[in-house]
Amino acid sequence: MVTQPLTAGDVLELIADIPDPEIPVISISDLGILRNVAVEGDHVTVTITPTYSGCPALDAITQDIETTLEAAGIDDIDVAMTLSPAWTTDWMSAAGKRKLLAYGIAPPSHTAEGPVPLKLTIRCPQCGSGNTGELSRFGSTSCKSLWQCRDCREPFDSFKVH
Amino acid sequence: MTSRDQILQLADDALILSHRCAEWLTRAPEIEEDVALANIGLDLLGQARSLYALVGDEDRLAYFRDAPEWRNCRLVELPNGDFAFSMARLLVFSSFQLTLAESAIVASDPGLSAVFAKSVKESRYHFDHATQWVLRLGDGTAFSRQRMQVALESIWPHVEDVFAIAPDSRSPAMAKVEGVIRRATLTVPDTAKPEWGGRQGIHTDHLVDLLDEMQSVARQHEGATW
Repeated sequence: MVTQPLTAGDVLELIADIPDPEIPVISISDLGILRNVAVEGDHVTVTITPTYSGCPALDAITQDIETTLEAAGIDDIDVAMTLSPAWTTDWMSAAGKRKLLAYGIAPPSHTAEGPVPLKLTIRCPQCGSGNTGELSRFGSTSCKSLWQCRDCREPFDSFKVH
Repeated sequence: MTSRDQILQLADDALILSHRCAEWLTRAPEIEEDVALANIGLDLLGQARSLYALVGDEDRLAYFRDAPEWRNCRLVELPNGDFAFSMARLLVFSSFQLTLAESAIVASDPGLSAVFAKSVKESRYHFDHATQWVLRLGDGTAFSRQRMQVALESIWPHVEDVFAIAPDSRSPAMAKVEGVIRRATLTVPDTAKPEWGGRQGIHTDHLVDLLDEMQSVARQHEGATW
């Protein structure tokens, strides 16, 4: 039997859809925290980066990556963490933003880099109204703030531009 | 290249203040503040872990050093006091961290540069949060103003120890702090007799008590794993 040598693409296919433990509708590649995959012979190095310094999901994500690869018969794995360049919401994919909205979380409202945006409002993910306000800068996780819609009265999390 | 001792100073600052933030949980004035302080403490914990990773094993450093081996500034080991005190402390400390991000001590070290490039965004939230409270309490009722002024007076002697690691950062950092104080219609405290020693490992009993609690489980079960 001829086995194909393992490629970075193979590994990427296996792990790209691993969900974020706290927001399971988006994947680590949607979020932009999956930074690199390198394959040398049988040895695989996956590099990830935290969203916020204290992100508690990183240990769970590391374990998920290891479990997923081990299930596919790959067990010579290193999951490395890099801090630089610093993660920014600009790295979130368009698909990721759509999935957040469908889930009920307002996606980042503008880009972090670039010209100063004319920020109008954050739309309620439930009813679409622009009549919303921030209740607290800090939400259920470091990356989110807590908002409320004044029309449908539902509270919602908003992903902070970072 | 920044020395191991200097990196330890920054890591210890972050971990001790993170612990103090955690002590506010279930005790903050309102639930949103519980959440805010939990987030701030978590950011600081993450920064501490990233910094410890540059110099050694985080668990050995956090759980198995005695007080004289710690290098945090005295400001962060003081007990939380009242809410005004904690916000005054956060105002000074976050301004310090913001200014540090641009300092020579960070720029000259690639490891530190990477950590601070990330943490500076979080420090902005911390500084903004403390500013909002100092403004509201200072420019508030007679009672809140008095409490906020007393808090600033208590903090002031400890500023010296904070900036011992980066004296050039003191002026720009404190200028920002003083700007907030004035906007809050409070008075910038007079230059006080400076307290020092934290950065040399000379600490108050407060750190001993804090470590006693923080390290208790790890020390009772040394070598344990999950």
